[in-house]
Amino acid sequence: MSFLDFSHITRTYPGVKALSDVSFGVEKGAVHGLMGENGAGKSTLIKILSGDQHADAGEIRIDGKVQAYASTRDAFDNGVIVIHQELQLIPELTVAENLSLGRFPANAGIIARARMLDDVGAKLKAAGIDIDISRKVKTLSIGERQMVEIAKAVMLDARVIALDEPTSSLSSRESEILFALIDRLRGEGKVIIYVSHRLDEVFRLCDSLTVLRDGKLAAHHASLKGVTRDQVVAEMVGREISDIWGFRPRKAGDVRLKVDAISGARLKTPASFEARAGEIVGFFGLIGAGRSELMRLVFGADPRSGGSISVDGKLVHATDPHDAIRAGIVLCSEDRKHDGIIQGRSIEENINISSRRHHTRFGILNRASEIATAETFIKKLKVRTPSRKQDIINLSGGNQQKVILGRWLSEQGVRVLVIDEPTRGIDIGAKAEIYELLYQLAEDGMAIVVVSSELPEVMGICDRILVMCGGRINAELARDQFAEKAILAAALPDTKTPDAIAS
Amino acid sequence: MTDQLKKILLGEQGLVVIFIVAFALVSALVPNFLTDRNMLGLLQSVVTVGIVACTMMFCLAARDFDLSVGSIVAFAGMVAVMASNYTGSILLGLLAAIACGAFVGFVNGVVIAKFRINALITTLATMQIVRGLALISSDGRAVGINSPDFYQLALSKLLGIPTPIWVLAILFAIFGFVLNRTVFGKNTLAIGGNPEASRLAGVNVDRTRIWIFALQGVVCGIAGILLASRITSGQPNAAVGLELSVISACVLGGVSLAGGRATMSGVIVGVLIMGIAENAMNLLNIPAFYQYIVRGVILLLAVLLDNLRSSALGRR
Repeated sequence: MSFLDFSHITRTYPGVKALSDVSFGVEKGAVHGLMGENGAGKSTLIKILSGDQHADAGEIRIDGKVQAYASTRDAFDNGVIVIHQELQLIPELTVAENLSLGRFPANAGIIARARMLDDVGAKLKAAGIDIDISRKVKTLSIGERQMVEIAKAVMLDARVIALDEPTSSLSSRESEILFALIDRLRGEGKVIIYVSHRLDEVFRLCDSLTVLRDGKLAAHHASLKGVTRDQVVAEMVGREISDIWGFRPRKAGDVRLKVDAISGARLKTPASFEARAGEIVGFFGLIGAGRSELMRLVFGADPRSGGSISVDGKLVHATDPHDAIRAGIVLCSEDRKHDGIIQGRSIEENINISSRRHHTRFGILNRASEIATAETFIKKLKVRTPSRKQDIINLSGGNQQKVILGRWLSEQGVRVLVIDEPTRGIDIGAKAEIYELLYQLAEDGMAIVVVSSELPEVMGICDRILVMCGGRINAELARDQFAEKAILAAALPDTKTPDAIAS
Repeated sequence: MTDQLKKILLGEQGLVVIFIVAFALVSALVPNFLTDRNMLGLLQSVVTVGIVACTMMFCLAARDFDLSVGSIVAFAGMVAVMASNYTGSILLGLLAAIACGAFVGFVNGVVIAKFRINALITTLATMQIVRGLALISSDGRAVGINSPDFYQLALSKLLGIPTPIWVLAILFAIFGFVLNRTVFGKNTLAIGGNPEASRLAGVNVDRTRIWIFALQGVVCGIAGILLASRITSGQPNAAVGLELSVISACVLGGVSLAGGRATMSGVIVGVLIMGIAENAMNLLNIPAFYQYIVRGVILLLAVLLDNLRSSALGRR
């Protein structure tokens, strides 16, 4: 038995099996890679390891002892520490204070500053972490903050340290420092779980590797000797595509949406693309590839610093979403809870919020038409609810998504529908309904832009795929060119020659 | 039985039920309460709070806050009196007062919506600036009204009911309609429910917020005029602490400080509960010092009830 042992871990969310019967072991003093596409189950596994969530079945053993954590705090106390992508430090406190938080050395409630500095300083020195512990965290770079997070693990004498995409916001120099630190921790006999999309990092750092796919164990390599990159990519994507997509070919019409070299604060490289009437264009990329940022620029949700957008040949001067809506562009955001639904208000109001301006006189609502609109779209989109007056917060994710779609479909003049992560958090049945709806809208002449992190989804429903990576459109493939390997290769940051692969 | 009681008290109309019960109890127990004279007096006493509560409701519903209302009421009263004394025209005085109120509100709105300064801080600042202006304009003294017609605003009656009460009733009706039946009202509630989602749904969030504050200024102007007319002078120290009474009344009436939830009927009930409590305590000769405690306790109980209600309603 290995030092850290995952045994038959299963976890089901409503409608989705996030992990099913995953078993593998990691030895002491090893860096173990964990790879897989978005949605493969990596984060769920890490969450279970950190005590944030519980497995429905199966168990985790460390040193032969079964671990059952009530909370992340509990996992902490048992020497299991997860370092997340979003760092959990308090900016206004110093490094030493952050590292002592929750267990300040104190006399009668007064912090023993000298003792705190000595303790922290000694521990960090022993671990070879070189950082000025009297600085406030807010003055540190992202890389330095990452060091502090790892220092936290060192302070607690962690046995297992999991790092979730630790280099995603680090410069290459900062990454090197991180790798040196990881090497050192390995030397001390810690178990390190390294979650990453970056093949070269995994091959450089890891002793062993597990690949997850669709919540199942796709491959386990006890050693990386003789394992090739291509092999790992194939393990990540190699699935049979079942046909829940129900794709229907359509004829594309004239260019509806033309985006020409637009850029903004969060999308530095100018991006250009087109979408035709009746066409479904997919945008694939890893998280942080810049897809949502691009779409927010198209919709006027973020200020544009350059470039132009036109719909049906007419320039759109959208500085705010309401301008874009009037020009016929609408956006269903990826974060439904934060950017989509209006909590505390009814389905009826959530549907009518935008399109009601067509039915008002002197700003006074037309109640009859609002009720009719709400009823129409509840029926048409099969929103499952007892009443149009139901607070939207009480609906399931899929039904909330349908209400948001209803909001935009009740806008009569929509010509471009941008939909970001159309089926995130939505169960299979509702997924198929939403795909079917997209096909119908495309057939009616809408140009549809689908942003998705799920490769099978974009391949299943799109006529054309644009792949983004690091804020740039990296490749473009027509439907007859679709190949999982090529698309994934263009999306992975390590790939140096996107053009060669795309052709 | 208790289940049913719970359902009534925690339901949509729970507050109205409690109000009716409280009203009946006070009528039965407090002598001289349920008389025409006392009822009119009661309503007169809530005119200022009630008028300002109309727009404070919008402010809170949009997740904003306005502390400057008391100062605007005092300042507008001063302006009304001084401008009509100076020009000899009451109408000009009234228009000047409303314009000044609207201007202060507009500034509040622009600073909050466009420069993204926290509403609490912004209105805390304008509260002091405007109070300063009111004091400076008269060198800290009260200014008497020259024209007796100005008194008539507060003294005149229609169908036996004083004009200010009519004004209050009309504003209740107007803002109740605006909240429920206009795009402006619905957008206000949507912004309070989720500002970013509202923006992405095409609501012009900045413009709506500026309008809310400007309207608040206009309404404070009206309240200031009526107050000046009732106390027959412009008082730079009038309406100190009004903002807290108004916010209390709104919260009593079920307006959520987290935004997104407000009803006119609730606010009316909130205003009346405050009025009745004060009135009854006066009739019972309870010393003013104790009245503070009672008011505080009522407010705490009301929010407690509100909390119970939202956890009973919200399943998630």
